[in-house]
Amino acid sequence: MSMILNQDQKDLVALAKEFMEKEVKPHIYELDEKGEFPLELYKKGFELGFHSMDMEEKYGGVGLDYNTISFVLEELAKVDAGFAVSLTLNGLAFSCIAEYGSEEQKKSVSERMAPGGFMTFALTEADSGSNAGALRCSYTRDGDDYIINGPKTFITNGKYGDIHVVFATANPEAGVRGISAFIVEKERAGIQIGKEENKMGLRLSNTCDLFFDNVRVPAANLIGKEGLGFKLAMSALDKGRIFCAAMATGIAQGAFEDCIEYSKLRKPFGAPIATHQAVQFILADMAIQIEAARTVTHNAAFLAQSGAKYSKEAAIAKTFASDMAMNVTTDAVQIFGGYGYSREYPVEKRMRDAKIFQIFEGTNQIQRQIIANAILR
Amino acid sequence: MKILVCVKQVPDTEEIKVDPVTGSLIREGVPAILNPLDACALEAAVQFKETYGGNVTVISMGPPQAEQALRQCISVGADDAVLITDRAFKDADTLATSYALSMTAKQLAGFDVIFCGKHTLDGETGQVGPQIAEHLNYNQVTSAMDVKLDSGSLLVLRELEEGRQTVAASLPCVITVTKTNYTPRYPSMKSKMAANRKEIKILSASQIEGLDMDRIGMSGSRTKVTKSFVPQAGQAGMIICEETAEQSGRKLAKLLVDAKII
Repeated sequence: MSMILNQDQKDLVALAKEFMEKEVKPHIYELDEKGEFPLELYKKGFELGFHSMDMEEKYGGVGLDYNTISFVLEELAKVDAGFAVSLTLNGLAFSCIAEYGSEEQKKSVSERMAPGGFMTFALTEADSGSNAGALRCSYTRDGDDYIINGPKTFITNGKYGDIHVVFATANPEAGVRGISAFIVEKERAGIQIGKEENKMGLRLSNTCDLFFDNVRVPAANLIGKEGLGFKLAMSALDKGRIFCAAMATGIAQGAFEDCIEYSKLRKPFGAPIATHQAVQFILADMAIQIEAARTVTHNAAFLAQSGAKYSKEAAIAKTFASDMAMNVTTDAVQIFGGYGYSREYPVEKRMRDAKIFQIFEGTNQIQRQIIANAILR
Repeated sequence: MKILVCVKQVPDTEEIKVDPVTGSLIREGVPAILNPLDACALEAAVQFKETYGGNVTVISMGPPQAEQALRQCISVGADDAVLITDRAFKDADTLATSYALSMTAKQLAGFDVIFCGKHTLDGETGQVGPQIAEHLNYNQVTSAMDVKLDSGSLLVLRELEEGRQTVAASLPCVITVTKTNYTPRYPSMKSKMAANRKEIKILSASQIEGLDMDRIGMSGSRTKVTKSFVPQAGQAGMIICEETAEQSGRKLAKLLVDAKII
């Protein structure tokens, strides 16, 4: 990496690398094959604090800045992006509470999450993905409670979520202004875990449907105030996009390192393929793209950290890094040739993992819309 | 309970390469790591502290960069760290090293238990721990795989080549540790960062009271390394594993007869 890291950042990246190489990597092939959620490995990760990197120290989290989190996420995703995504989701969900929640909400949620656990960000529905404002999951006020009703789909950590941040509308006709966000603890009656997705990639993460069947929560579980839900979701997603970009960069970096090693070993014409200019140029293009993605990612992280506006830059980072990861991993399969197409080698998995980064947290088409809106405003 | 752990920063032997021409080890650019068995000794000490209470100090003799190994120790449970560093300590053998460490332990005073790794990755002599015990006139138990406190004295399970042995030892005592029950823990992200902010006490030779300068460094060393080389690898052996023991025996006998050994 050609960026200058401070001592803490170097140490945390080294810790992430050691943990992932020793604890997670030996099991990846089997877990990916079966699509199994390695809960015990996640629990080990909780002990180190990977699930609470952006939770403030006063709430029991690690309290890292966005740049440092991005460095660590890149390292986690370099070994397994699914593992990184599941851990990152806590940050996405908790940031809604950190930014707009009451002090009591911050305390109660962090007390439960800081020692270890999963949160979910329950926004997406079958008919409202890119158009999040069109969601149908509803809520009504009933005395001192709210009652939530409706389905959610593609919810990361859904089956294992201890606390869900649920977005629901009081009136679908009101559009984005009708949406509010609620803290829903898993013990609340009426939460049903639905179908688990059998995904192309990120197979160490859990993605499933959730159904909220007359789930009653106290009014104190409303985050911020009624009607704030959409704004809160978009703000969380802006930050999440930076972390997506960091993880996509990690996937590409992992594929790139695989290629460097393999191209020095593979000798189809008596000399390593790394000595062939055709391969050298692919490797050089990978290096160019990865460096550029890392730079735009850390630029967005730096803006976010300094309190400046960063929606456009986060969208640029997410789009560029995920498109880059798809390109680099596809080229990695090409460099590995027939072996790259085989499941015995790790590069095809990286290609499968990379694809979703062009889709989730706002598709890259939606990202381009965000960027265009910002530059034409 | 006042606990001391002696550690050494060593070159990572997995990364060491041999010069194909001279046959000597190429040490440049090799990452330095905390000696693995010292990490086990620290884990033993931290578990001991967690069970019986107390305070763990970690000490190392080495160049200034050995501070990194000490910070690693703090990140996984040591409370304080002391680095003794001075050009005068350079080229010390085990005797000079154990003398310097024991004099520092005397100055820091009052340790009930001193944990060391059984041996280091680079020297592999296994002498420093026992020598510290002799210098300090402490009891010593080597090759410990489990350490408990029982009615004021230690109960130590030892791992020997041909079995296991439990011995009791009264305090104060030096214990050298093998890996068996003591897999080093990971630091947390928080403890890693906190360790970077911890003050490490640094002592030079002149700051260690009563230190005899003739007993440290090269002048205090009784062994001299004249040459280091990589031993020639022996031929790989042959494993005979037929379907039955009798068939294996017959095959072995035939091979020995053919080779005119029997």
